[in-house]
Amino acid sequence: MLNWLKSPASETQVTHGQRLWLYLFAAVIMMLLVLPTLIVIPMSFSDSQYLEFPPETWSLRWYRNYFGSAEWMQATETSLKTAVLTMLVATPIGVLAAYALHASKLPYIRAAFVLLITPMMVPVVLIAVGAFYAYVKLQILYTITGLVLAHSLLAIPLVVIVTGSGLQGFDMNLEQAARSLGAPRWRAFLTITLPQIRFAVVTSMLLSFLASFDEVVIAMFISGGDNPTLTRNMFNALRDQIDPTIAAISTIMILITTLMMVLVAIFGRGKT
Amino acid sequence: MAVTDLHAAGLRRDERVERWKLFGLASPAILLVLVILVIPVGWLFYVSFVGADGNFSLENYERMVSRKSYLRIFVTTFQVSILTTALCIVIGYPLAYFISQLPTRWANLCLVTVLLPFWTSLLVRTYAWLVLLQKQGLVNQWAISLGLWDEPLKFVHNMTGTLIGMVHIMLPFLILPVYGAMRAIDKDYLKAASNLGASPRRAFWTVFFPLSTPGLFAGSLMVFVLCLGFFVTPAVLGGGRVIMVSMKIVSNIELFVNWGAASSLGVVLLVLTVIILWIASRFTRLEQMAGGGH
Repeated sequence: MLNWLKSPASETQVTHGQRLWLYLFAAVIMMLLVLPTLIVIPMSFSDSQYLEFPPETWSLRWYRNYFGSAEWMQATETSLKTAVLTMLVATPIGVLAAYALHASKLPYIRAAFVLLITPMMVPVVLIAVGAFYAYVKLQILYTITGLVLAHSLLAIPLVVIVTGSGLQGFDMNLEQAARSLGAPRWRAFLTITLPQIRFAVVTSMLLSFLASFDEVVIAMFISGGDNPTLTRNMFNALRDQIDPTIAAISTIMILITTLMMVLVAIFGRGKT
Repeated sequence: MAVTDLHAAGLRRDERVERWKLFGLASPAILLVLVILVIPVGWLFYVSFVGADGNFSLENYERMVSRKSYLRIFVTTFQVSILTTALCIVIGYPLAYFISQLPTRWANLCLVTVLLPFWTSLLVRTYAWLVLLQKQGLVNQWAISLGLWDEPLKFVHNMTGTLIGMVHIMLPFLILPVYGAMRAIDKDYLKAASNLGASPRRAFWTVFFPLSTPGLFAGSLMVFVLCLGFFVTPAVLGGGRVIMVSMKIVSNIELFVNWGAASSLGVVLLVLTVIILWIASRFTRLEQMAGGGH
């Protein structure tokens, strides 16, 4: 231990001992990043009205509460449907756009790129208010169609950026070769390019799903009626009181997120 | 001669047509952004200049300047954004440095602790802090049983709670670009500095730190801009005592159905964001900001 403390930590010859504060600091911060969320999981299995840690008596009552509530189930269904559809709409649109920006050598590319990533930069409240207005006009307020369109808007920057960086690592000469051998462009794209950038595309899909599934502020404005989303209902519940049912829902959401991360880790391994 | 000229012109034209066709593939995405974002926000601009009588007027903006409550909201918004960004830098930079110095395998493991919250729902994390920090929450319970303080302290429904929640949510947006910039620094520079006699501290401040600043700048900017428009965390953890611009926009519409007031606030918020991004874009590439988050 003492030897380790005295040994140099880097090529510039600071010892580990001199850096000990950094290690402790990093450990504390990493714990603070992860633990607060994880502590909700055991709490969700408590039998008490109040959230306790560790719970004195364990039960599944808050899960029964959630799965037994028609309202929560309906909201979950809306959220899942919206997220899946968003993934299916935003990914192809975004991949096409990323490809167009990458392959076309027009001088407007940078302007188009900036336009496509604006949904990331504009405060989300404004997108929500704007979408609310547009949806009243288009008569798609409180519909899943409306939710999918707005959430796709949020997902497109993610898809364009992730797929764009995937394309950057791909040698376009390969596609050129396929085309010079007689394949039309779409076929060259589908059989040569797409398989090469598949990791970026899969990551884009998962990100689109999560962007939609997690979204609150837009859903507050344009979901409702028969189609409130899970996050909208959660947010309203949070403003009123601390209901342990939310702990159960949070646990389920953490599980879904973790599953997505594992999928990305599996598919992302081949990423350049 | 003329024939080859004609041929070349034809080829050029074909190429131009081809480029436009290719560019057309981006049109569904561009159309979506135009219909759902650009046109409605343009409409908000318009509404903000319409008075109660339906004519052009600056009354929405005058109200904002004349009423103290509006001024206070902007002050609060900047306060929260600046403090959150500063705390993220102080906490995030050393952590990013620590992780960037580890061998790749360990670094990836540590990065999971940054990415896990990054991917976890905003609402879930805000809820977690609400549960932990409330009066009967774990933090108070444990601190009292350890004798750190006697009475339960108030951490939520005020500025403290808002800042804790915001920093937790924003940290990954700072750490990821900083980490990326640090990883890209060639270790040979540091070796060269130490060979030339620089102390570790000096090598860090004169070589390493300046090379990491583009990442730090991009990350801080991202955090600051996101904070300006933030809604969920201050709304829940601030408990109505920390009112940010975005919350006022929502209440103007939901409670008072005052589109003029809401849209003028929205326009100011947007203009502030654009100005900041525009100034920043002269020093850094916006792609870098967005790209850090993978």
